[in-house]
Amino acid sequence: MLTYLSIIVTAIFVNNIVFAQFLGICPFLGVSKKLSSAVGMGGAVTFVMALATTVTWLLQEYILVPLGLTFMQTIVFILVIAALVQMVEIVLKKIAPALYTALGVFLPLITTNCAVLGVAILVTQKGFDLGESVVYAVATAIGFTLALTMFAGIREQLAMTEVPRPMRGVPIALICAGLLAMAFMGFAGITIG
Amino acid sequence: MNKLQIIYNGLVKDNPTFVLLLGMCPTLGTTGSALTGMSMGLATMAVLICSNGAISALKSLIPDKVRIPAYIVVIASFVTVLQMIMQAYLPALNESLGIFIPLIVVNCILLGRAEAFASKHPVGDSLCDGLGMGLGFTCALTLLGAVRELLGTGRIFSLELFPESYGSLIFVLAPGAFIALGFLIAFSNYIKTRHA
Repeated sequence: MLTYLSIIVTAIFVNNIVFAQFLGICPFLGVSKKLSSAVGMGGAVTFVMALATTVTWLLQEYILVPLGLTFMQTIVFILVIAALVQMVEIVLKKIAPALYTALGVFLPLITTNCAVLGVAILVTQKGFDLGESVVYAVATAIGFTLALTMFAGIREQLAMTEVPRPMRGVPIALICAGLLAMAFMGFAGITIG
Repeated sequence: MNKLQIIYNGLVKDNPTFVLLLGMCPTLGTTGSALTGMSMGLATMAVLICSNGAISALKSLIPDKVRIPAYIVVIASFVTVLQMIMQAYLPALNESLGIFIPLIVVNCILLGRAEAFASKHPVGDSLCDGLGMGLGFTCALTLLGAVRELLGTGRIFSLELFPESYGSLIFVLAPGAFIALGFLIAFSNYIKTRHA
C-alpha cells in the first residue's frame, strides 16, 4: 500500500510530468487557453493513459520480452496507442455520446501526446508490475490535469492583462509556466515510505 | 522552389522552435547544456532527413486514407535504427538524453513536415526541407542550451566564462527551461516585428 502511495505522491507532485519531466508540453501550451477545455483534455488523457499503459505493459511482458523483440518497443507502442485512441473514439461515440461530445475533439490530439508514449516506456524502464504501472499512469495523468487546469486558470487571467507586444501569447505563457514549475520545486525531496 | 531557399525557410523563416513552436518537449527537456541540446537537435535532424526522404519517395504508393499511420511507421523505424546506433556507439549520450530519443517518434516536427511538405514535394526538395528544419531545430536547441548553461554554471560547451558560483542554478533546473525559452521567443518576435 505504501509503495502505491509513494508512487502517487511522486508522480503528481514531486516528479510532475509537465514541470519536472517536460512531457506533454504541446497540449499543455495548446489546450490551456480555456479552463473548460483544459479539464476535458485532462479527462481524455487520464482515460487513454491508463488504458494504453495497461495494454503496452501486457504486450511488453508477454510478447516482446519472451520473443526477444524489445528493440521493436517504440514502433509497437506507438501503433498500439494510435489504434487504441481510434478504438476509444469509436466505442465512446457508440455507447457514451455525451462523453464523446465532451472529450471527442481532444482524442485525436492524444496520439501525438508524448506523455502517453513516455509513460508507457517509463514504466517498462522502471520495472513496475502491472498494478504499479496502472497506478503510476493514473497518478501521472492526474498530475498532468492538475498542471493543465492551474495553467489554464492563470492564462484566463493573463488574457486580460497588458503585456509588452513581443511577449504576448506563448512567451509570457512560458514564463508563467516557469514560475509554476518553481512552485512545484517546493515538493522536491518529499518521500513516503 | 530553389533548394537553398527551402533550407533557409526551415532555418530562419519557419524555424520550428521559434516560429512554428513545434517539438517543445525535447526543446525544454534536453537543453540543460549546449552539448546535450545540440546532440538532441542532430539526432532529430538525422531522423527528419531520412523520414522526409523516405516518405517523399513512397508518397505515390501510400493510400491517402492510411497515410498518417504509414508515416508513423516510417518515422518509428528510423527512430529505432537511431536508438540502436546510439546504444552501440554513444552509450553515454544515449543515457543523458534518455527517454527523449524514443520520443522523437511523437515529435510534431516530423509528422508535421511529412504531412505538410514531404507528401507534396519531390525527394530532393524533401531532403533539403529535412535538412533546413533539422538545422533550425538544432540551432534553436543549441542556443537555448548555451543560454541555460551560461546563466546556470557560467560555461558554454564546458568552456568556463565566469566562475560557477556566480551562476544561478535555477536556469539548469526545470523552471529555467521555461523562462529562458519564453525570453528567447519574445526576443525573436521582437526582431521579427522590427524587420517587418
